[in-house]
Amino acid sequence: MTAMPKLATPKLEWRGVDKRFGGQVVLDGLDLAVDAGRSLVIIGGSGQGKSVTLKLALGLLAADAGQILIDGQEMAAATPAARRALYGQVGVLFQGAALFDSLTVWENVAFRLINADRVPRNEARARALDALSRVRLGADILDVYPGSLSGGMQKRVGLARAVAARPDVLFFDEPTTGLDPITAAAINALIVEQVRHLGCTAVSITHDLASARTIGDEIAMLHAGRIVWRGPPAELDTTDNAYVRQFVEGRADGPVAGAI
Amino acid sequence: MGAAAAPLPAALNPVRFVGRSALAGVRRVGSVALFAGRGVAAAFSAPWFLGQTLRQMLAIGFFSLPVVGLTAVFTGAALALNIFSGGGRFNAEQVMPQIVALGITRELGPVLAALMLAGRVSAAIAAEVGAMRATEQIDAMVTLSTDPFRYLVAPRLVAAVLVLPLLTAVADIIGVSGGWLVAVRVLGFNPTVYVRNTMTFIQEWDVGSGLVKAAVFGFIVALMGCYHGYNASGGARGVGRATTHAVVSSAILIFASDYLLTTLFTRA
Ligand SMILES: Nc1ncnc2c1ncn2[C@@H]1O[C@H](COP(=O)(O)OP(=O)(O)OP(=O)(O)O)[C@@H](O)[C@H]1O
Ligand SMILES: [Mg+2]
Repeated sequence: MTAMPKLATPKLEWRGVDKRFGGQVVLDGLDLAVDAGRSLVIIGGSGQGKSVTLKLALGLLAADAGQILIDGQEMAAATPAARRALYGQVGVLFQGAALFDSLTVWENVAFRLINADRVPRNEARARALDALSRVRLGADILDVYPGSLSGGMQKRVGLARAVAARPDVLFFDEPTTGLDPITAAAINALIVEQVRHLGCTAVSITHDLASARTIGDEIAMLHAGRIVWRGPPAELDTTDNAYVRQFVEGRADGPVAGAI
Repeated sequence: MGAAAAPLPAALNPVRFVGRSALAGVRRVGSVALFAGRGVAAAFSAPWFLGQTLRQMLAIGFFSLPVVGLTAVFTGAALALNIFSGGGRFNAEQVMPQIVALGITRELGPVLAALMLAGRVSAAIAAEVGAMRATEQIDAMVTLSTDPFRYLVAPRLVAAVLVLPLLTAVADIIGVSGGWLVAVRVLGFNPTVYVRNTMTFIQEWDVGSGLVKAAVFGFIVALMGCYHGYNASGGARGVGRATTHAVVSSAILIFASDYLLTTLFTRA
């Protein structure tokens, strides 16, 4: 696609999305959109449906109402072939890393290359090593099984797997949770590089406000199934939105506590 | 109206229960059939994951050999004793080798091998696939453009369907040998006469029908493991539940389909 004026369709859009599990309403008319080449950060209390929002966009869960559009096309209506093509340009980090525990680290990182793109194994291994170096991991863990890695290292391997095939839409569920500040900074830099230099579109979930300010072009706060605030990182400190104030100041009392 | 209608719901409770259970049962059958259809379709169309299939054949087949062999040898031996002593009541001890061979090849070989696999393999598949579901590995696989039906389900179905007949053939041989051992060592049969009687009596279809059954049982074992694992929900407890369901439902389906297949084969 060529560069488009401001009115272009968003890269990714949730339109009036409802999601329930049994009687529990998780999303209630969620409206949210991200333009191509932008980085959106979703913040919100635990259990507010942030991970569910990601999984809906990926077609891993079905919405009860509303639409989810990628490049203006509805995911749910896509043919299997179109869907596979769509996944080809997507990279995902799951909240729990979701590494395949029967495969070694490099086979995890190169999983798409080996199994979907049928890249020769030695080339795939070299690309896995390259992706690992971008999350500050070395060749020494290539042949290790994920079960013997620490939680933070698993997360980084998950990140390497998400970026290994050079996708152009990235989903990160709590990319820096459980990492030391130095590695977290490196991960933030990696995400910024993906978005600013490689032109990817990114949707990240985080509880880490420092990270949110660094990687987000825009921040949206999810509460009670809807977006209750949306704005650039700088406005996090100036807005008088009660939800955001409570979240940023980390107070136990306020509208968010009342709802939980 | 209201007064007359009030007791009705309570009286209808059993009916409602039966209706609800029937509906749930039909829904379950439908979802298993759909799952099986997707698995079979994946097995018959590219891309295939041959490495995964070979790995599963090794896990399902080779490592089940000891259990299946032990089960078969003891069953063959016990069967020989029972038929010898029972046959004695109408002076039919001497046809014992033929009956043992028939019982093993047509019935006990495939069923016992399948039951061992239901315990060993169906449970292992359900636990592995269920854990992958619980830790979002299946979701991750989908987003990595790899269909779990091709990567996980089809290789297990294919491996079990190919391998269980082989295991059954081994069980047949070991089971008949168990009977031979008891006959020769304990009951005083002539070893070569025993073998000759068995070989001249047994027909190809006695063994063949057992192997066909085994292929069906293999499909059931892998299908139940994959189905319950794939649909597991609720963390570690859900995985435990999936494992139990896989074993119990494979065992029941093995017996039920055994009866159906035997009906079919004995009529022909
Ligand atoms: N597959 C599922 N089945 C049933 N309920 C679910 C399922 N997935 C999520 N939920 C429920 O939906 C709600 C939102 O879950 P979600 O994982 O999206 O929260 P979250 O905002 O990501 O929280 P956290 O910050 O703790 O990760 C929770 O109450 C959860 O119990
Ligand atoms: Mg979450």
